[in-house]
Amino acid sequence: MNLKPIQSSINNIKPIFKREFVSFFNSPIAYIFVAVFLVVTNWLFFTRFFLTGQANMREWFGLVPWLFLLLAPAITMRSWAEEKKSGTVEFLLTLPIRDWEVVIAKFLSSLSFLAVVLIFSLTIPITIGKLGDIDFGVIISGYVGAILMGAMYLSLGLLISSFTKNQIVSFLISLSVLFAIFIIGSNNVMSFLQGPLASIMQFLSSATHFNSIVKGIFDSRDIIYYLSFTALFIYLNIQTIGSRNWR
Amino acid sequence: MIQVQNLTKKYNETKALDSVNFEVREGEVLGFLGPNGAGKSTAMKIITGFIAPTQGTVKVGDLDVVDNSFEIREKIGYLPETNPLYTDMKVHEYLKFVAQARQIPKQNRQDAIKRMIKVCGLDSVIHKTIDELSKGYRQRVGLAQAMVHDPDILIMDEPTSGLDPNQIVEIRDLIKKIGEKKTVILSTHILPEVTATCSRVIIINNGKIVAQGTSDELTSARAGQEIIYAKIRGDKERVSSVLSEYNQVKTVKTFSGGETGVHGFGIEISEGDGRELVYRCAVSNNWTLLEMYRKQENLEDVFRRLTTTEE
Repeated sequence: MNLKPIQSSINNIKPIFKREFVSFFNSPIAYIFVAVFLVVTNWLFFTRFFLTGQANMREWFGLVPWLFLLLAPAITMRSWAEEKKSGTVEFLLTLPIRDWEVVIAKFLSSLSFLAVVLIFSLTIPITIGKLGDIDFGVIISGYVGAILMGAMYLSLGLLISSFTKNQIVSFLISLSVLFAIFIIGSNNVMSFLQGPLASIMQFLSSATHFNSIVKGIFDSRDIIYYLSFTALFIYLNIQTIGSRNWR
Repeated sequence: MIQVQNLTKKYNETKALDSVNFEVREGEVLGFLGPNGAGKSTAMKIITGFIAPTQGTVKVGDLDVVDNSFEIREKIGYLPETNPLYTDMKVHEYLKFVAQARQIPKQNRQDAIKRMIKVCGLDSVIHKTIDELSKGYRQRVGLAQAMVHDPDILIMDEPTSGLDPNQIVEIRDLIKKIGEKKTVILSTHILPEVTATCSRVIIINNGKIVAQGTSDELTSARAGQEIIYAKIRGDKERVSSVLSEYNQVKTVKTFSGGETGVHGFGIEISEGDGRELVYRCAVSNNWTLLEMYRKQENLEDVFRRLTTTEE
């Protein structure tokens, strides 16, 4: 098997990935959102935790999808919008690096940043693990679910960021679209719908799939749902970046 | 080295470039001259592979910019018009990033960066964030970025725009030095820049090439049409009418001579050496010829003439 093209793509992706990843830490906005995410989730979780007295993270994972609605767009809003605004996109896309490699680099760096945020939240399972017996299987499954859902959110955020030069517009549109995808499967919406439409909506909703993963039920359909939508958004992103080449 | 054939680029319905043909030879410094919005940047964006042409082909060596964009990008260094930089990075971080992204092998990377720091005079700012740099230094960082991988071809879109006169001279000298070894395309709307740096000039207006050649060729293209300015002591009306009778004289304009009895004349000559004509005419009519000089069309006049549409 010829590994040379793969090696060359990895070499192309690496510097872009690194620059993007480091730039998150140069931006105060990212810090603010991360701090808000951690403080809010910890606060809401622990105020309830001592009331219910149960050593599990079900409550916390219930908060995650809501806060990801804010966190994911905050991570991705700059990604393409800022490059377009400052003109660096012209530099970036005339480097001897393929469009898809740039898109993947941006996706992986934002996913890594999200992973760092999730690592900071590990204080919660560690704390409750000391206080009682917890099922680590369920918690690991919850974190895997959070990463999968995060990947889908981030890929969509990146795609939307590539449509605009304005970070705020990018943030707000991503937030709205993610919110729509999130609520279409909720009970409130379901009560208006019947038959096949209801099951389609429920299938398309990001919330439904997350809930089952968090319960510790690993269904391949849920994983396929997140991975295929992530792949779709990344593919569309590569197309929008390539659209500058349309004749 | 670079062959551009029938290049057309449409943005919606406006043609930014309209069937442009030209060639850039190896080792040449080619200047794109034209008013703002003439299509200079568009041509550069196509050659560097940032956007694709609507019609036509651009070949770099044997490679096509659309089909072999990736290979061509490796050979090109590009300084876009706005000189985009990642302003949150420090200068050395940025250059290291570019060197990595350009796939300079690890063992050569430090040397390449050091060479750029020396060539572009970045010693004193290397640990500063790009944000803090003056425009002149940013432009140098942009040049360093474009040259760090030692490209065969260097494309620079208005490399001296926004710089003060001293910086302009510095950047020009730098471009001249680089141009000795490399193929360079630069665009500008500053005319002396072309004479100072370019071996050949292409004047673009409204997406079309209106003239090309060396700056001498361009200015001598209408060498026949020169104007002789002369100061003659004598009768104003008579001098005018006598001069006007020559076939070679197209028009005679009169100016004030500055002294009593002295008159200035602007004599437009259609062909031949007008200086001799004026001298002989003055001698045979017994006028005193006090001053005379010939004014040829300079690059600025050529540019004005070609790029302003007469209504």
